[in-house]
Amino acid sequence: MENDFNKQAIERVQTARHPSRPYALDIFSSIFENFVEIHGDRRYADDPALVCGFAMLGDEEVVVVGQQKGRDTNQRRLRNFGMPKPEGYRKALRVMKLAEKFKRPILSFIDTPGAYPGIDAEERGQAEAIAFNLREMAGLKVPIIVVVIGEGGSGGALAIGIGDKVLMMENSVYSVISPEGCAAILWKDAGQSARAAECLRLTAPDLLRYELIDEIIPEHSVWVVDRKEADSDSESSFDSIGENLKQILQRNLEELNKMDENQRMKNRYNKFRKMGAWIG
Amino acid sequence: MSWFSRKKPKLEEQVSDEERKVKTEGIFVKCVECESPLYRRELKESFQVCTHCDYHFRFFARERLDTLFDNGEYEKLDEEVISGDPLEFVDTKPYKDRVEAAKKSSGLPEAIVSGKGTIGGHLVYAGAMDMGFIGGSMGSAVGEKITRLIERAIEKRGAVIVFSASGGARMQEGTFSLMQMAKISSALAILHDARLPFISVLTDPTTGGVTASFAMLGDVIIAEPKALIGFAGPRVIEQTIRQKLPKGFQRSEFLLEHGMVDMVVDRRKMRDTIIRLLNFMMNEETAK
Repeated sequence: MENDFNKQAIERVQTARHPSRPYALDIFSSIFENFVEIHGDRRYADDPALVCGFAMLGDEEVVVVGQQKGRDTNQRRLRNFGMPKPEGYRKALRVMKLAEKFKRPILSFIDTPGAYPGIDAEERGQAEAIAFNLREMAGLKVPIIVVVIGEGGSGGALAIGIGDKVLMMENSVYSVISPEGCAAILWKDAGQSARAAECLRLTAPDLLRYELIDEIIPEHSVWVVDRKEADSDSESSFDSIGENLKQILQRNLEELNKMDENQRMKNRYNKFRKMGAWIG
Repeated sequence: MSWFSRKKPKLEEQVSDEERKVKTEGIFVKCVECESPLYRRELKESFQVCTHCDYHFRFFARERLDTLFDNGEYEKLDEEVISGDPLEFVDTKPYKDRVEAAKKSSGLPEAIVSGKGTIGGHLVYAGAMDMGFIGGSMGSAVGEKITRLIERAIEKRGAVIVFSASGGARMQEGTFSLMQMAKISSALAILHDARLPFISVLTDPTTGGVTASFAMLGDVIIAEPKALIGFAGPRVIEQTIRQKLPKGFQRSEFLLEHGMVDMVVDRRKMRDTIIRLLNFMMNEETAK
């Protein structure tokens, strides 16, 4: 097994966005058992771009949340390309508060190009929904593990991204802006996105080096969802990488469960507190 | 042959156009909204608000703090905290040079200045952002300075007030900038539990990662008139939905109508409004 840590940033961006890469629901139905979906924010609507529910990781009851993309045109439209609206973030927080109420850990799976930038989202307070989640997640008293499985698109990703542990799949990315957006602003040319991707240091190895994340889940081969027609490898990458992800989640969860609550909360604060590169 | 012949040289040759102009630059400013000429000194006295149409010019961060605290007295905080260059980012020019240029042109150490003092007798830790410093963008230094304000307020039981003016997170610091949203919001969670006030004042413009973190987390959120406030910028939205946005969309009054801010307050009444709010929020009982 060899991790190609020198892979070009833009290649990782493309891999992270690949339509056959596993999405949140693929993970919920594979490495978890007895997933039951919980819908709606009780305020306005149910947002299919952000899925939440109860599930079992091994024999432990957990809450899972994650952005959900679509694979075909209809699904993409339904899931709004994985771009949640305020009601999505509010639903996620509602379900996470249930986790706190029933003392169950939270596992959050990030995969979004960003929060939806549209008129309706603005009218209903997209910024407030994200901001409120950040503050409330910081204070949730149960263990939270965050995994970036595909695209970690800025504030829309971070809105379900505050946790005790932040992990990244090897070929996922996490950035303040998309490479295209960055290139359009800095060079007035979206075609410079490869260069922007390089500059932004958005890959998992980079972010681990900066201590902005805690751990990388290796992808020894291309991580794709199982398809009947796919070549007949003895073991599919989907299962083997998934199994590894499951074990890493269980190990981290065990560690967090053992920890005293106050200590865990203090650690969570300090973890984000020390992030930054300033002088003085 | 003409009837008259000019013997003296032309007047224009004696006094050039350049010299004949009355120099009004620096004395008068034209209002962007109503186009009336405004006497610059008068404009300063009215907190950079047009005396004819109440248009709010952008306010400098230093002036903001100078006019906020009691008797204009306050202790400057964390002036030495400046941004590093963690990614060694180079776009059209190196990020380091960009920061240096911003320091020179704005006269500020970073996109926010902060201070400690009293307002209406209440202990307040305040920060004011400035669009003149790389678009008021939030990098590590801005995040650190705001977090320190909050932590100090928790320790000394003071209030926090932040005047936002920002295009959002600073791209040149990548994910470090993004994580400032998490850092500040985590500190605000503790401030909230400590029953201490956070007043967020949104000024033109407040967008992106700043809006989507501390700016929308105020116990009370005040907006200046007609300020652009939103998550996504208007250009991004127009590109996404491929239509022109309605007039007044994402302006303060629009946010008030949609229940996203508590009040729209004229800058000239800002200090009085803040004192009124602090009188309510700074409760001796909660200190126990």
